[in-house]
Amino acid sequence: MNGWSFIRLHAILIYLFMFLPVGVVVLLSFNDSQFGSFPMTGVSLRWFVELWNNDAIVRAFKVSFLLGGLTAMISTTIGVLASLALVRYEFPGKQFMSTLLIAPILVPEVVLAVALLLFLRFLNVPKSFPLLLLGHVIFTMPFVVLVVQARLVGITRNVEEAALSLGASPIQTFFTITLPLLAPAIFAGALFAFTISFDDITGTLFWKPGGVETVPTQIFAMLRNSISPEINALGTVMIVLTVGLPLFGAALARTISSRRGA
Amino acid sequence: MASTVEARETRQPWILLSPALTAIVLLLIIPLAFIVVYSFWLRTAAGSEQVGFYLDNWKEALTDSFYRDILLSTLRIALITTIACALLGYPCAYFIARSKSGNKTLLLLMLILPFWISYIIRTMSWINILGVSGALNTLLVNSGLLAEPLQLLYNEPSVILGLVHFLLPFMVLNVYVSLEGIDESLESAARSLGCTSWQSFLEVTLPLSLPGLAAGGLLCFVLAAGTYITPLVLGGARDAMFANLVYEAIIVQLNWPLGSALSLMLLFVLGLVVTVYNRFVGMGQIAKSFGQE
Repeated sequence: MNGWSFIRLHAILIYLFMFLPVGVVVLLSFNDSQFGSFPMTGVSLRWFVELWNNDAIVRAFKVSFLLGGLTAMISTTIGVLASLALVRYEFPGKQFMSTLLIAPILVPEVVLAVALLLFLRFLNVPKSFPLLLLGHVIFTMPFVVLVVQARLVGITRNVEEAALSLGASPIQTFFTITLPLLAPAIFAGALFAFTISFDDITGTLFWKPGGVETVPTQIFAMLRNSISPEINALGTVMIVLTVGLPLFGAALARTISSRRGA
Repeated sequence: MASTVEARETRQPWILLSPALTAIVLLLIIPLAFIVVYSFWLRTAAGSEQVGFYLDNWKEALTDSFYRDILLSTLRIALITTIACALLGYPCAYFIARSKSGNKTLLLLMLILPFWISYIIRTMSWINILGVSGALNTLLVNSGLLAEPLQLLYNEPSVILGLVHFLLPFMVLNVYVSLEGIDESLESAARSLGCTSWQSFLEVTLPLSLPGLAAGGLLCFVLAAGTYITPLVLGGARDAMFANLVYEAIIVQLNWPLGSALSLMLLFVLGLVVTVYNRFVGMGQIAKSFGQE
């Protein structure tokens, strides 16, 4: 066996390691047995039906979607503006600013969660949905900045300058030229922010008010008992959502950009 | 006219940056400064806070062997996880980087996929594998290799396994990005000058890929050391990590000044690691991997 085939075998094993456990979750979610484990006693969709009828889980999905959607909107807006500044302008302190903007991911999430919670408690802001939202915005924003910056680098200002010199106002130029050009970057950033928010658990456990659960905290709470087939089914739904959505998004973005001929 | 355009050029970046800066200052910088102050306050027996300058929390956080032991074991777990990720991830990244372009797209896509799968689900998926009635035990008992299922979960190795599973894609991606940036002709040049392929790897490729290895290592270490969920899901009662202590102090005991001191301790230790990394490698290396979609 030569070196290369050894490396290939290793890589195959690593991919199996990454995906096999998740595959087992999906497999077991179709298990007819009332225990969330082996052996498989038959194929059934009953656990998905149970999920649909479980109010707590449906509520958790609503909270997660609302939170993720609002987080994506806010952090993408401020993140895209900041990325424009960093990519398109030279100014004193730029290096420092770009480090500062990604600071929230350099701080461990627990520390960020504690600091924000205690500070807002001190200001008499109770644990609440807005606090949860602020928390999610601050730690998703750096990811938006990183993703959008990486995409913005390739977009030159020539087209905008052409529009300006042909008499378009800066506002017109922004909405008719800049924004459509930025659309894939904005989309990528928003998707990133949504997924990170949708998946977050550590900060959420600190910030969420009592009785409010997001999907991950709901799963976490259900795990305290034992692993039930319902959790596996919930896991499968989450995988379909969080893997399916970005893949769909990427396909959509590719279609849009190819239609534009870019 | 020229001067107003110039003035706009200098003002504009700051206008664009202002919402993000406001958010960072109000939601990160001031809260961090606040818990620094808070950590010197005192929680009285009555449950209220005594404003002032007391060193009690810091004394407790720094001298109590309970906190020190858990801090050390947290750092040890993070270090083992990082090394395991490096050893397992490097060859895999090398394989992706040297694959033909068609396969490479698929391999990269499959490398990104785990990032999109929920962390809590990836963590709990190991219960299905290693649990008493999990896949592995079922297999071993059914095949007659074991008479009784083994308890493979709820210990330190299973925590580390969960962390490696979670963090490996970060490592592979970062190493891949730096390998991809190396001119392949350098390696063939080394070979044509008489190096074996192993030598040319050791002398040329490996040193050039160290920044990516360091970036992946930093991410793995910092994320592992700050873990809160993995020890709760895959660890036993004695496998608490430092973040669990912080949660305990803040949410369960409601001892906010002590919780502040403990969080700052974690921040300080990990901040030190980040500073050393930044000094030798620089933050730009991590940003590169975000160009990969």
